[in-house]
Amino acid sequence: MCRIGAIKSQTPLPPKKALELMLPQQEGHDNSGFAMVMQDLDGVFAHSKQMPLLSMACTVKGIQLVNDYMEQHGFVQLAQWVPEVSKNPNLSIHAMPRYVFRTYDYPEIYQYRSQKAREDLLLDTRLALRELLSINDNGYVYSFWPDVLTLKEIGDPADIATYFRLWEDQSRLLAKNIVVQCRQNTNYAIVRYAAHPFFLQGYTLCANGENTFFTKNMELQKSLHRGYIGFESDSQTFLYSLHYVHRELKWPINYFKHVLTPLPLEEAKKRPDGQVLTIIRESLANLELNGPNTIIAMLPDGTMLSLCDAKKLRPVVIGRTKEWVAISSEVCGLNAIMPERDLSQDIYTAERELVTINNDLEVKIWKQ
Amino acid sequence: METITTQDLTVSDQDFIIRYHPELCTLCGSCVATCTFNAIEVAPQAHNITVSETNEPKPTRKRKTQPIIRQKNDLAHSCSGCGMCAKVCPNHAIHPVKNPHSRQQLLARLTGPIKRGGRNNLNPSRTLDKILIGRISQMTDPALDSERHTFDLRSPLGRVLKADDLPLTAEGADLKLTGQTPPVRWIYPLLFADMSIGALSTRAWEAIALACAYLNEECGLPVRMSSGEGGMPLKLLQSDQLKYMLIQIGSGHFGWNRIIKALPTMRTDPCAIIIKIGQGAKPGDGGLLPENKVAPHIQAIRGVPKTTLHSPPNHQGLYSIEESVQKMHLSLNAAFGFRVPVGIKCAASATSVAVYNNLLRDPYRICGGFFLDGIQGGTGAANEISLNHTGHPIVSKLRDCYQTSVNQGRQGHIPLWVGGGVGLSGQAAADCFKLICLGANGVFIGKILIQLLGCVGDEQGRCNQCNSGKCPAGICTQDPRLMLRLDIDRGAEAIVNYVLSFDSELKKLLAPIGNSSLPVGRSDALISTDAAIAQKLGLAFAC
Repeated sequence: MCRIGAIKSQTPLPPKKALELMLPQQEGHDNSGFAMVMQDLDGVFAHSKQMPLLSMACTVKGIQLVNDYMEQHGFVQLAQWVPEVSKNPNLSIHAMPRYVFRTYDYPEIYQYRSQKAREDLLLDTRLALRELLSINDNGYVYSFWPDVLTLKEIGDPADIATYFRLWEDQSRLLAKNIVVQCRQNTNYAIVRYAAHPFFLQGYTLCANGENTFFTKNMELQKSLHRGYIGFESDSQTFLYSLHYVHRELKWPINYFKHVLTPLPLEEAKKRPDGQVLTIIRESLANLELNGPNTIIAMLPDGTMLSLCDAKKLRPVVIGRTKEWVAISSEVCGLNAIMPERDLSQDIYTAERELVTINNDLEVKIWKQ
Repeated sequence: METITTQDLTVSDQDFIIRYHPELCTLCGSCVATCTFNAIEVAPQAHNITVSETNEPKPTRKRKTQPIIRQKNDLAHSCSGCGMCAKVCPNHAIHPVKNPHSRQQLLARLTGPIKRGGRNNLNPSRTLDKILIGRISQMTDPALDSERHTFDLRSPLGRVLKADDLPLTAEGADLKLTGQTPPVRWIYPLLFADMSIGALSTRAWEAIALACAYLNEECGLPVRMSSGEGGMPLKLLQSDQLKYMLIQIGSGHFGWNRIIKALPTMRTDPCAIIIKIGQGAKPGDGGLLPENKVAPHIQAIRGVPKTTLHSPPNHQGLYSIEESVQKMHLSLNAAFGFRVPVGIKCAASATSVAVYNNLLRDPYRICGGFFLDGIQGGTGAANEISLNHTGHPIVSKLRDCYQTSVNQGRQGHIPLWVGGGVGLSGQAAADCFKLICLGANGVFIGKILIQLLGCVGDEQGRCNQCNSGKCPAGICTQDPRLMLRLDIDRGAEAIVNYVLSFDSELKKLLAPIGNSSLPVGRSDALISTDAAIAQKLGLAFAC
């Protein structure tokens, strides 16, 4: 099973914190991978937060392909972070030849276009790069979005951190929000795209458990949006459901919970909003989550959220201090990074709850 | 020695032969009185017997004439194999056996096409039996406890809209409904299929309706029942129990004069309206109620004289799918104030996908359910040639329809309800579950209901005399004396108990795959032990 976590802080934190959250949970994962999405960045990218940041891992040829594509499409490169990797052969990592973290300025013509047009451009560019790099296995594009950095690799999480010098460098790579996962989705093939967190147009999501309605979810999502592709992991569908409900349908975030774990019909019927809940369930029956799953997600505005399946078959716990809030599959992760916290304030997200944490670290428990 | 006329009919030409044991028979006459087909009679028979009538053994040979029970050597009164004689015999002296060397199929056609009721008597192979629920929750995720967990076993019936077409507006953290959406009923995924008053005896229909009401009111299972094409009693139309009923309109429109007149006095809306285009047992053929079943009470309900009622094969005046939507769907929707879903029932056919596509894309979004009936469906009366040779197996056709909706991202927008052989093996829950995983929202059952009432018909040609008006179980007859053979309460009780078992069994299948709501379209839960079936249905092959 995957172990998932997230940290939300008012001061930027290095990835080391996320590793400290995850490594105590090693008993529960198999060390086959590490992945994280950082949002609201500081350090290298502090001065280009408005500009889209490309995160990818590729071959040398892949870099050329991407450079050519970006140039042809009018993107202008701005800041860049090239990790000075530690090439110790004893590290357990399936490293790619190159890792690219770059910000770009938009093509000239997009200076005058709407925010939505720019966001669509970023998505279409990422999809095009992904396709471009998939030929001859030249690389993987994880995200292309302002103020968001994604790092994923196959191997032992501690070794991956050593490789990227995440233990040492505490100043170049910083973020107020980090969503993290250890272990690849090893129930299936170990591929980089299958590693959570998944990212789409500002939405980040990771999940653990087994999505028993994966086929149902996927079959509908394939026709809903051009960005709903891949499906290398059965948890990817939850990201697409979140994106669809919140961004495409523009429904309030609470309805993400209603769509994923609808109330039993008899219960819904008794509520004043029963009719709304019922027609939503009818329309989006195929997006239901009916397996044992816990979800940690982050919205474009930085809000983090946590929810689990309607039978509460997968746990998740939220701990908090004045400076930061962390979400974790296991409480041992919280104990490692915030031992001083008030344990009685820990929140174990219940089956009918949606827990949100806003940028002021205000934690809200919304009951379905 | 008599001359043999080889072309003469003999008892051994019939489908069933009566085995009679004179030494056990007490000549009570019950079997003869019970046989509704008049297939047996009391007749004298001469025997050469050896008897000893003195105190000492003194055997003498005598020729004696005795009454016996004899099968009639007459195809008009052939034995249907129903076995009522065996049921009524106190001494096990008589029973029918299937004749493997029967010539009845040939000889009966000499007086015209064979008409009968019942079900398909060929094509015994069942696709559903080659499909298993093979994806079991084992460590990847926990199997549920079918007795402890709660399950949400409800299916929609009614037109479902795409999420971005829903009239919803966000007000703060809430969504508000700002317009009307089509009516959708959430009902139990098992529906009592379309068997009319007329095809069924009033008592059989009443038993099924009683079971339906009991399941709703005492067991909390919202099971619904279709009226069939034959109208409904006025009292039921004007009762609260109307909400449990789907009212069917067939091409003969039988009973609809009364239904339309009752509209202003209805206290509640029916569950749905079903436009019957065709049925799986005799696709392309209209309903048929032979004259001998058009009793006075049937004449009253349907508003017809005593004559054979043959519904046209098509709804007169409809010449296209689009027009059917505009005419029938819209007018029936309007008649019930757009508060009642209107669905359509078709025989499964190579054209089903085209019809379903058309309805899915219809701009009025007016069709609220697509009922597909497969070749193994039953009927009250049809030409045998239709029953055995026309139609389409339901499983792949359902899958084709579901997949076409997936391709358009419209799965579930017109709920798919399927029937035609569901529960043929007696295990309706397994069939239902598999069909749901293949994309059905629910299933409908018919034959299994009358079997629970006591019907003895089967796929090997036993009885299948629903058309004759002589149903030995009192189910498919309008003869008041025969009807009384059916105990309404016992019949209803059997149906209720079966559905309760069905409910438990459905949970017993849901639990191992870890789901608490219906896995509609969850084909990954299924495997097939037949490679061709696996490939056709898009399932994993396992061996």
